[in-house]
Amino acid sequence: MDRLKFATVWLGGCSGCHMSFMDLDEWLFDLAQVADVVFSPVVDTKEYPEGVDVCLVEGAVANEDNLEMILQVRRRTKVLVAFGDCAITGNVTAMRNPLGKPELVLERAYLDPSNLRPRIPQEAGIIPALLPRVLPIQEVVPMDHYLPGCPPPAARIKAFLQELIAGRTPQLNGCNISFG
Amino acid sequence: MVLAELVEIKERELAARKKALITCCLAAGCMSSDGKLVKEALDRAVKDAGLESEVEVRGVGCLRLCCEGPLVMIDPPGALYQKVTLADAESLVGTLKGGTTSVQRGDPASAFFAKQMSIVLANSGIVDPERIESYIARDGYFALRNVLRELSPAEVVSEITRSGLRGRGGAGYPTGLKWATVAKTESPKKFIICNADEGDPGAFMDRSVLESDPHRVIEGMIIAAYAVGADQGYIYVRAEYPLAIARLQVAIRQAKQHGILGSGIFESPFHFNIDIRIGAGAFVCGEETALMASVEGRRGQPRPRPPFPAESGLFGKPTLINNVETFANVPPIILNGAEWFAGIGTEKSKGTKVFALAGKVKNTGLIEVPMGIPLREIVEHMGGGAPSGARIKAVQTGGPSGGCIPADHLDTPVDYESLTKLGSIMGSGGMIVMDEKDNMVDVARFFMEFCMDESCGKCIPCRAGTVQMHNLLEKIIARKATARDLQKLEELCDLVKHTSLCGLGMTAPNPVLSTLRFFRQEYLDLLAVETQRKTSPPAAPPAPANPA
Amino acid sequence: MAAKVFTIDGQQITATEGQTVLDAAQDAGIAIPTLCHLDGVMDVGACRLCLVEIAGLNKLVPACVTKVTDGMVVTTNSERLQRYRRMIVELLFTERNHICAVCVSNGHCELQSLAMTLGMDHVRYDYTFPKCAVDPTHRLFGIDHNRCVLCGRCVRVCWYIEGAGTKNFSGRGTQSRIVSDLNAPWGNSRTCTSCGKCVQACPTGALFSKGAAVAEMEKDRGKLEYIVTAREKKQWIV
Repeated sequence: MDRLKFATVWLGGCSGCHMSFMDLDEWLFDLAQVADVVFSPVVDTKEYPEGVDVCLVEGAVANEDNLEMILQVRRRTKVLVAFGDCAITGNVTAMRNPLGKPELVLERAYLDPSNLRPRIPQEAGIIPALLPRVLPIQEVVPMDHYLPGCPPPAARIKAFLQELIAGRTPQLNGCNISFG
Repeated sequence: MVLAELVEIKERELAARKKALITCCLAAGCMSSDGKLVKEALDRAVKDAGLESEVEVRGVGCLRLCCEGPLVMIDPPGALYQKVTLADAESLVGTLKGGTTSVQRGDPASAFFAKQMSIVLANSGIVDPERIESYIARDGYFALRNVLRELSPAEVVSEITRSGLRGRGGAGYPTGLKWATVAKTESPKKFIICNADEGDPGAFMDRSVLESDPHRVIEGMIIAAYAVGADQGYIYVRAEYPLAIARLQVAIRQAKQHGILGSGIFESPFHFNIDIRIGAGAFVCGEETALMASVEGRRGQPRPRPPFPAESGLFGKPTLINNVETFANVPPIILNGAEWFAGIGTEKSKGTKVFALAGKVKNTGLIEVPMGIPLREIVEHMGGGAPSGARIKAVQTGGPSGGCIPADHLDTPVDYESLTKLGSIMGSGGMIVMDEKDNMVDVARFFMEFCMDESCGKCIPCRAGTVQMHNLLEKIIARKATARDLQKLEELCDLVKHTSLCGLGMTAPNPVLSTLRFFRQEYLDLLAVETQRKTSPPAAPPAPANPA
Repeated sequence: MAAKVFTIDGQQITATEGQTVLDAAQDAGIAIPTLCHLDGVMDVGACRLCLVEIAGLNKLVPACVTKVTDGMVVTTNSERLQRYRRMIVELLFTERNHICAVCVSNGHCELQSLAMTLGMDHVRYDYTFPKCAVDPTHRLFGIDHNRCVLCGRCVRVCWYIEGAGTKNFSGRGTQSRIVSDLNAPWGNSRTCTSCGKCVQACPTGALFSKGAAVAEMEKDRGKLEYIVTAREKKQWIV
């Protein structure tokens, strides 16, 4: 049997979803029996490979790097999963949206609360430009599955992946699709 | 007031006629282009010419061809003058003494006027709306007198029922049936409400009726009150109609002075009062339950029906709500008989309908036409077609609750059922003509923006659904939408139409649905290439939907 | 008063004269989703979640304000109704900033659990991210408009149970906001009795007691029904 090419991606989020994923503990060994983790913040691949079978995407699309990344990921992935509330709703990442355009957001973040040498980091190539507003992933590319939660509990991730690995379509319902 | 006095006023008024009559339109349209000053200049010119004893200068209501205002009519010889300025007064008066004038002449025999049939507007442009005597001279309040002296309330209801009159506010509910329901509901207190909260973009029929002939509406209301057993009436007018309000106030005061309103009307035991309530600019207050809440001094929001107003309306009492034009039809029906009225129009739509003709036609203004007239006659003959010679593309009726009727259906007769069949509605009478330069998606977006702004916010589908539909339409116009978005738009139309609380929400999707039905290609032409799942990136990230 | 017999989802049940479809269904253990309804408070039919189908009627009616009639045949859970309900909840999520993760009512929120029971795992429409204020001026309570669903429960409780008439709506459409008095800061209200009933009535974390941190705001909705039952039926049942 072909081994599953598995990836996780971290866009605009706190990495809490990845932490929750790590909370799968020894089940990760089970996962490793059937899948290769070909790209993830926890592995050292630099480029998102072609032909990925399953990818969990944490975080919202907040800046140009995120946008470029998610477009590439969509092109190269068969089954794309919106992983956690930030990916699905924008969640905390999108709390900047009501503030308005990026300049105002940066002012609010770097100038307003600071009393010691307030300045906005502007050197090119260091911080990717913010998008006009943070977007939930499905507003940018079509998604195949949604795995809500902030973060999704490890048991929920496990239940979901088990179905997927078994070749079935995960059907989450009830308390398994609660936000927050 | 007794019959003899009424007849006396009429005769006195007729006897006071002078040899010539100059009528100046003083409805809001012509007033906005100095109509009032023109009338004053004519007054002076008549005085200067020493013709005061022979010539009357009369401020009247709407002379209908609003696009050419200020309008002045001189009779004899029955000449219509257009775009009259202050400087024209002298030469116009001069024509009465055989002089000439260079003022642009209109043709009262042209299709725009000739194809009209005046029932509601019979006095419009003839009577002075600020003088009750002027109305009485045209048989005003004779219908009321006949009703009070000769008919029982049930006979009045039956007369209206047999006339086949249907509500002119838009939905076309049989007026007689509504009256009968209120009449048969037992209650020591009942109310009459005249809905003058006309708010469709581009519609000004009710305003014109109120400005031109307010007594007719008051008479219709008193007759209705007698028929259903009400003793208090309210006219709910929007604050944006100051002239109509002022004229109504004058008319109500005059009617009271003449013993036509108040206690012992025409020396009968019947008493009835009318008060004006002024709306504060919310479109939704045209919806009857919201209107009643507003009259009661509460937030103007609709409530679920049942209970219907006829059963539990204003202050929980049985209430009859009719539109301005519906009430204005009542006196002539009583005077001329139900059969006369039922003889006009089509099988199911009787009488005439007043339309505010606007948009891409040469002649815009107020028209009253018999029901069943083909749209083509209105648009092409009366309206004179598109001004630039462009091809007419569609006609929008019913405002934000209505739809667009494409040009190849122009032979459709104007009646309630035919328009509904085409996904539009008769509505209150707004008629906007569009030519080939108009984009139908943009038209839909305009009306959706209107509904979004006017949604009261009580029920979720209308409050949030209109926002989403508007966003999707903006996205389509910006060429950023995909087929998926169009599908979402259609799903939302279905949701909002079937789950909203009141008529505003239930009909808000109509402009989208009707343009999708007849002009779907215009939507498809604006769609961006669909994001290919798993293969190609989207054209661009969606723009912020709500930058604020 | 005669009892009414009617059919709901194929099941024959009875209702008392004047009882609403919602009430009778709840008595029979049939759940119909609601949001603007609150036991003990008058109904307004605003949220449209309890819409049901009635045989022979071509429009949907809100169960909360529709009275049972003899022989009525009601469907509460057709595929179409489920679809509409999910869309309505999705629309609710798009129009304000509902961030469950940082909300005082996380885990005790009626909107959150509605989304769950209706199977909403994501929202298909674009979020509007409006700018909404928080009014913390009251000594004991706060209102966060980001979380408000405009169900009007606080308004009705304030007017019809407490009788203070402090809370009301301002603005219209999507600009509607719950206000105190004539849009005064809540803390400056001269009519508010600080009874807190509005807070208990609120289905989300929009109205909250000060001092509650994330997920700590649990509401005692039964209290309102208790007050009303005691007042109207003279029954002191907890």
